Amino acid sequence: MATKKESRVKVNKTYKLFINGAFPRSESGRVFEVSSQNGSFVANPALASRKDLRDAVVAARSAQSNWSKATAYNRGQILYRIAEMLEGRAGQFESEIVLTSQVTPSRAKAIVSEAIDRWVWYAGWTDKLQAVSGATNPVAGPFFNFTISEPQGVVAIAASVNFIEFIDAIAAAIVSGNTSVVLVPGGLAVPAMSFAEVLATSDLPAGVINILTGSLDELAPWAASHMDIDGFDISGISKKMHPALKEAGAENLKRIHAFGPEKTPSRILAFMESKTVWHSVGV
Amino acid sequence: MNFEYAPAPESRSIVTIKPKYGHFINGSFVAGKKHFPTINPATEEILSHIALGGVSDIDKAVAAAHKAYTKTWSKLSGKERGKYLYRIARILQERAREFAVLETLDNGKPIRETRDIDIPLVAAHFFYHAGWADKLDYAGLGHSPKPYGVAGQIIPWNFPLLMLAWKVAPALATGNTVVLKPAETTSLTALLFAEVCQQAELPDGVVNIVTGDGSTGAAIVNHPGIQKIAFTGSTDVGKKIARAIAATDKKATLELGGKGANIVFDDAPIDETVEGIVNGIFFNQGHVCCAGSRLILQESVADEVIEKLKVRMAKIRVGDPLDKNTDLGAINSKEQLIKIKELSAIGDAEGAQRWSPQCELSTKGFWFAPTIFTGVTQANRIAQEEIFGPVLSVLTFRTPQEAIDKANNTPFGLSAGIWSEKGSRIFWASQHLKAGVVWANTFNKFDPTSPFGGYKESGWGREGGKHGLAAYLKSGKETGAK
Repeated sequence: MATKKESRVKVNKTYKLFINGAFPRSESGRVFEVSSQNGSFVANPALASRKDLRDAVVAARSAQSNWSKATAYNRGQILYRIAEMLEGRAGQFESEIVLTSQVTPSRAKAIVSEAIDRWVWYAGWTDKLQAVSGATNPVAGPFFNFTISEPQGVVAIAASVNFIEFIDAIAAAIVSGNTSVVLVPGGLAVPAMSFAEVLATSDLPAGVINILTGSLDELAPWAASHMDIDGFDISGISKKMHPALKEAGAENLKRIHAFGPEKTPSRILAFMESKTVWHSVGV
Repeated sequence: MNFEYAPAPESRSIVTIKPKYGHFINGSFVAGKKHFPTINPATEEILSHIALGGVSDIDKAVAAAHKAYTKTWSKLSGKERGKYLYRIARILQERAREFAVLETLDNGKPIRETRDIDIPLVAAHFFYHAGWADKLDYAGLGHSPKPYGVAGQIIPWNFPLLMLAWKVAPALATGNTVVLKPAETTSLTALLFAEVCQQAELPDGVVNIVTGDGSTGAAIVNHPGIQKIAFTGSTDVGKKIARAIAATDKKATLELGGKGANIVFDDAPIDETVEGIVNGIFFNQGHVCCAGSRLILQESVADEVIEKLKVRMAKIRVGDPLDKNTDLGAINSKEQLIKIKELSAIGDAEGAQRWSPQCELSTKGFWFAPTIFTGVTQANRIAQEEIFGPVLSVLTFRTPQEAIDKANNTPFGLSAGIWSEKGSRIFWASQHLKAGVVWANTFNKFDPTSPFGGYKESGWGREGGKHGLAAYLKSGKETGAK
């Protein structure tokens, strides 16, 4: 009998999309190839289509009402849970980031640590946003008048290839009660879809975050002109594409913004809407 | 017994209107090249001739505003800037009657409203923002937030001077300078405001007023020397502006159209509610972006409310805007009257039932009787499109959730009203309405401390209150532990 030990064949992961809490393939059947730094094959992520985008928007819209009605405390705990799940799989994300982008292992470790800490930072914001952004307004009359901030609805995100900025854009959009459709380009597809697995085990309701991998050049104009998307974070897209996206977004006066890498609550507030309520006072 | 009112006209002698006006650029009036007439919409009498501003006028105004920004206004401390705004507020109060009469003559709205609402709110707006000028570090925009520079401002004809105040007061308080274009049909009070700036010795070029039409507005939007656009008007034009500035770094606030839902629950105090419905839609001839133009009645009280509303509507006094007893004045322009008539005819064609009280309308000027349409469905154009006139569409509901669904079912999201005596129901409804301003057991109330602006296609940004300052300031450095 042969006793020579054979080397084990690794079980590779099939990359799919993340829509409404499930992992479907692109309806188009399209994929694109991601290679490692040295050119070797890594994965064939799905190349999302316009129909996939529409499906993701439907999922996000359906999830929006309940997510925004969840208590701030509840949303905060779910965001914190995402940090917990990410922490437990930090090593996997570090190696995927090293594999698919031009960074050293020590830099990848720093990136993942910061990404986890961002979730903790945002988790703490859910029940403090009103204190910072709201107001009671001393109107000249017998009225109790106050202003609160509410989520806008469905926010599309064109993600930067940088993993921290990818995380930052998503957290800033959903912390207030928006739901999101995240468009992910290139090699980021690999850690992004692993991140979808984190989300699937974080008690996050289905549809709050939907992730589509593919080409931003294709997906972003479709998102910009989609009439059921309320806001669009275009930080991850080259500046030369911004005018065309803003022009397309004008059709439903989409709130379109781009941000730098620093964390700031103004990124959260950019996708919120102020509501002022007047209550008559009298006996 | 005869309860007819005797005429009680306000005298127009307090106002002097020049036969012709130029633009107000760099602190003085400069002659215009072409002119167009401005009329009293109640009589069609020509009041004056207004200069039609072109690209070269906007160039000069922007140059003056830029010079004033760099040389004087941005160098002035907030404390001193604020004092100029206080001066303007006080002069506006002193000359309030003159402004009220002029606004009524040029716009057609009743003197009761210009005297008691428009002009007092104008002064209040300047007084409120004056106090912010040296307190901007506390506005929640980080340390030492900075103005944009030159703000281009385009305002509508429905509240001419009030919209000027909503635009100019925060812009100046935050350290910006201004090029403002009043609406084509209502330039006169803006030109009188220029005199107030002179009396207040506001440094030259801080406020520039160029009159004209849509092409003048486009010249402002497209001018490369303007960093910030503030526009109030139709959603169509708002979208055009959004497209026009897409390839620039210009910031914009847009206050656009609405189709406000006024929801009446079965426990509402009916008499107060009827007053609120009348105020919601017939205030300012319905020329109000946040008008309660869709009445959404709970079925169990619908008949009673409609019956009482008709009785109340029959008492609305339509007529001479300068008469102190007048409730409903003239429609601002022939063009607007045609639009109101067209959309009302569509309401008839769609099968809704039209009702107006008997009222005599003058044959001169532009008039439209207060009107309600009952039996309206959500898909009807009169339930979806802004009519911007004294026309109310009535829909009904059975469950509270149905009321919310109907209220939110338009592309707009500016205002909404709730009538109920039950506190928890009011809070529930106000949470679920997608509207920037919600009035509970009141309607059409405004205040400089209270942010105003809409969700969705009703626009971008807020005006008034702490939130309104953000429209004119770049955030400063954020402080605090990281």
